[in-house]
Amino acid sequence: MTEMVYGAVSVREGEPVLPKWWRTVDKWVLSCILMLFGIGLLLGLAASVPLAEKNGFGAFHYVMRQAVFGGTAMVAMLITSMMSPLMVRRLAVLGFLIAFVALMGLPFLGTDFGKGAVRWYSLGFASIQPSEFLKPGFIVVAAWMMAASQEINGPPGKSFSLILATIIVLLLSLQPDFGQASLILFAWGVMYFVAGAPMVLLAGIAGAVVMAGSFAYNSSEHFARRIDGFLSPDLDPRTQLGYAANAIREGGFFGVGVGEGQVKWSLPDAHTDFIIAVAAEEYGLVLVLCIIALYSVIVVRSMLRLIRERDPFIRLAGTGLAAMFGVQAMINMGVAVRLLPAKGMTLPFVSYGGSSLIAGGIAVGMLLAFTRTRPQGEIDEIFQGRGR
Amino acid sequence: MTRIPLRPLARILEARANGENPDAIEKENTRARHEDMRDRDRARAEGRLLVLGVVFFCAYAVIGVRMGMMASSEPYEPRARASSAHIVTQRADITDRHGRILATNLETHSLYAHPQQMIEPKRVATELARIFPDLDRERMIKDFSGKRKFVWIKKKISPEQKQAVHDIGDPGLLFGPREMRLYPNGRLAAHVLGGASFGKEGVDAAEVIGVAGIEKVYDTYLRDPAEGGKPLQLSLDLTVQAAAEQVLYGGMKLMNAKGAAAVLMDVHTGEVISVVSLPDFDPNDRPRPPTEGAPDDSPLFNRAVQGVYELGSTFKIFAAAQAMELGLVNPSTVIDIRGPLKWGKHRIRDFHNYGKELSVSKIIEKSSNIGTARLAMMIGGSRQREFLGKLGMLDAVPVEIVEASGSTPLLPSNWSEISTMTISYGHGISVSPMHLAAAYAAVANGGTQVRPTLLKQDGPQYGQRVMSQQVSAASRDMLRRVVTEGTASFGEVEGYAVAGKTGTADKPKPRGGYYKDKVIATFASMFPADDPKYVLILTLDEPETYALGETRRTAGWTAVPVAAEMINRVAPLLGLRPQVEPGKLAGITLTSN
Repeated sequence: MTEMVYGAVSVREGEPVLPKWWRTVDKWVLSCILMLFGIGLLLGLAASVPLAEKNGFGAFHYVMRQAVFGGTAMVAMLITSMMSPLMVRRLAVLGFLIAFVALMGLPFLGTDFGKGAVRWYSLGFASIQPSEFLKPGFIVVAAWMMAASQEINGPPGKSFSLILATIIVLLLSLQPDFGQASLILFAWGVMYFVAGAPMVLLAGIAGAVVMAGSFAYNSSEHFARRIDGFLSPDLDPRTQLGYAANAIREGGFFGVGVGEGQVKWSLPDAHTDFIIAVAAEEYGLVLVLCIIALYSVIVVRSMLRLIRERDPFIRLAGTGLAAMFGVQAMINMGVAVRLLPAKGMTLPFVSYGGSSLIAGGIAVGMLLAFTRTRPQGEIDEIFQGRGR
Repeated sequence: MTRIPLRPLARILEARANGENPDAIEKENTRARHEDMRDRDRARAEGRLLVLGVVFFCAYAVIGVRMGMMASSEPYEPRARASSAHIVTQRADITDRHGRILATNLETHSLYAHPQQMIEPKRVATELARIFPDLDRERMIKDFSGKRKFVWIKKKISPEQKQAVHDIGDPGLLFGPREMRLYPNGRLAAHVLGGASFGKEGVDAAEVIGVAGIEKVYDTYLRDPAEGGKPLQLSLDLTVQAAAEQVLYGGMKLMNAKGAAAVLMDVHTGEVISVVSLPDFDPNDRPRPPTEGAPDDSPLFNRAVQGVYELGSTFKIFAAAQAMELGLVNPSTVIDIRGPLKWGKHRIRDFHNYGKELSVSKIIEKSSNIGTARLAMMIGGSRQREFLGKLGMLDAVPVEIVEASGSTPLLPSNWSEISTMTISYGHGISVSPMHLAAAYAAVANGGTQVRPTLLKQDGPQYGQRVMSQQVSAASRDMLRRVVTEGTASFGEVEGYAVAGKTGTADKPKPRGGYYKDKVIATFASMFPADDPKYVLILTLDEPETYALGETRRTAGWTAVPVAAEMINRVAPLLGLRPQVEPGKLAGITLTSN
């Protein structure tokens, strides 16, 4: 006892880390993510073979790499999900600063791998895309700022976060990488919405978007033709979208069979942007609906858990992460089924790609950390007689 | 909302009196307010999160449903034609008044490349440059070896060219079927037909759309599937058109003119039988619109419709006809023509001195400006304007080609008395030859308005009456005398009794004033004079000929002989029988040795 009082014997605060983690983590979301990762490997076996052949590697070269990156990502996810929200916030802010500096350094030190946009740092054995790591970091920082603005006498965090978002969007547009830029903007918008954007402003923005859209449609022939082309039901079957649509049709309900698909040989981006087409062709609608269901469970369940959350920071950060994760998957699949105009965007955890996989692991780890069951001050309320 | 002040004075005072710390009250109030605010935020966030969740769920559901719909639909071959199904490739033919083809469609092919499938880009580029000399080899090598996946090479190729390209034997070169617009008669009636080009273009088909002329005006009609490909029948007569173009071209060259236009119109129906504008172009290979220089230097410029000129003395007959219609004069009324006629600072002179006075008939015959101006003074500006309006001189001509909108006449901004006088002899008002043709047709057909048209009509189209039969007949007599005794003596064509009026107008300079040595020479004619069937307007731009020891530019020496030759050629083609007087019997000469 004496030793304990004077700190000679360490005191366990609460229960051990692992049991507590297992008790409080959202096991549904966790298992969905693991399943998605498994499906990604399975599809990689089919989709990345042509790329490996083209680049002169062994047939499953990219699957091996994906497994290694994926293992790293899973470890990162588990470690992150065990941290407390406070810890997550501190590390994420640090990570954000590093990624932000790296993003600004890109024009001087980055490489474009001959693709026309300077987005990567080449490390020889692998490459890093700072913007992938910037996204979760930005969400946490912005959530922190917005949460701070909800304190009495707090800083004007909403404006700060908007300025930050604008700077990042500008930096990303310079690369150019409009996909990531729009994701950042979207994530900020969702957080601002949950943090209490005034209804008048929302209605005004919606009205302005409709007005600008119809004005552009009526006054610019180029824009109108793009929209008409997108809306028209016919599609040149020799474009990427045409191949993707055809692959989905070929697949039907149960697919043409493992390894029997043809679309992966025609589409250069079969292993990244159009992996859902490979899935649809080889495994059919069944697997595609499974994938959609997995994403939908992850996003919707996380949001429902966040409804109960009382801490504004956790609520906002969790919302931002879940929305970004969900919308990225949505855009990828929406393009393949022609609900959205063509835009390159990877399918989180399923598409091939080291940076996006590890950054995705960290982001989902944060989401898991934020959605863990934790006391929501019910006892306090009962004590203070404010219970509802 | 009632807000409790953070430091309520009553409680502070009470606390002070009791020796408590008043700051605790403030802190407690701050905490309460903060918690209140948080509760409100949380309630709102709960609602909004729920909305977000539902929105995401619905979006995923939509994607899933769409996937299911696509998966359950039938796949089609990637090389199927289905993608171009919405492109209507049918375009009706255009024919002349007798059903002879003026524009039709031809099956051909387009040539494009898939550089990613190309095996030897360099050799392909070299071979293509040999087959199509207008293609640039370096440019093609760049296109074929770059990242592009699709390159158009040629929009239309001939079967021979197709075979040659096929013989290159590279899998990266592909053909797409095309329907192209063909004008089998080449330059004939180029300005009426206009031209066509590709609109919406797919790999397997392309929409043919009209870009000018009647092809553009009737674009929707020609492409309307409901019409069932029924050809569009024009009022033009192919043979007459060909003869007219030939004669006009020769005349233009002989008279050293830089341009020429002719309009031949049926006076009863308003049908344009032939309309020529030179220089012309081949609608199969329509030149690009000019980006510099005067618009009328381009072969695309339709002088007969777009060319609004001051057409000079050809207008005099309108003043004479109106004066007779109003009962102010009759053909033998004598008018004082002593010159120069002064009006303010303006002076009106005649080309020659015709003496002190002339009858109305002689004024037309000799083409006296002063006499016509005096007639116009008797009529007055407002009545003159109304009359010219009825003849269609104040609006753009209603012919069915897009260029017709360019024929809007140039009118004086202020229809003053001096304008009235100058307009009476065709100065100060600029109209197109097509306007003049319609107005002369009204004089010729017995005095009813004529609406010019390029479409075949079923029967006579008489409009509003402009002048009486008698005035029309008297005017025709005067015009006939211009040919037999007056300025258009070269216009006599044996057997066809041509009547007409010459007009020579100085060309205006672009920056104001008139050229001394550049004219527009016009001959407005009708034949046969006793019962006119056709009106022919012929205009030469800057003609010049050397005859009888001097350079001559007047219409009588330039436009009239050309018009006479044209009537000589086309009248038999139109089915007009020459009225031959029984002539002297030719002496028979035996040529046998």
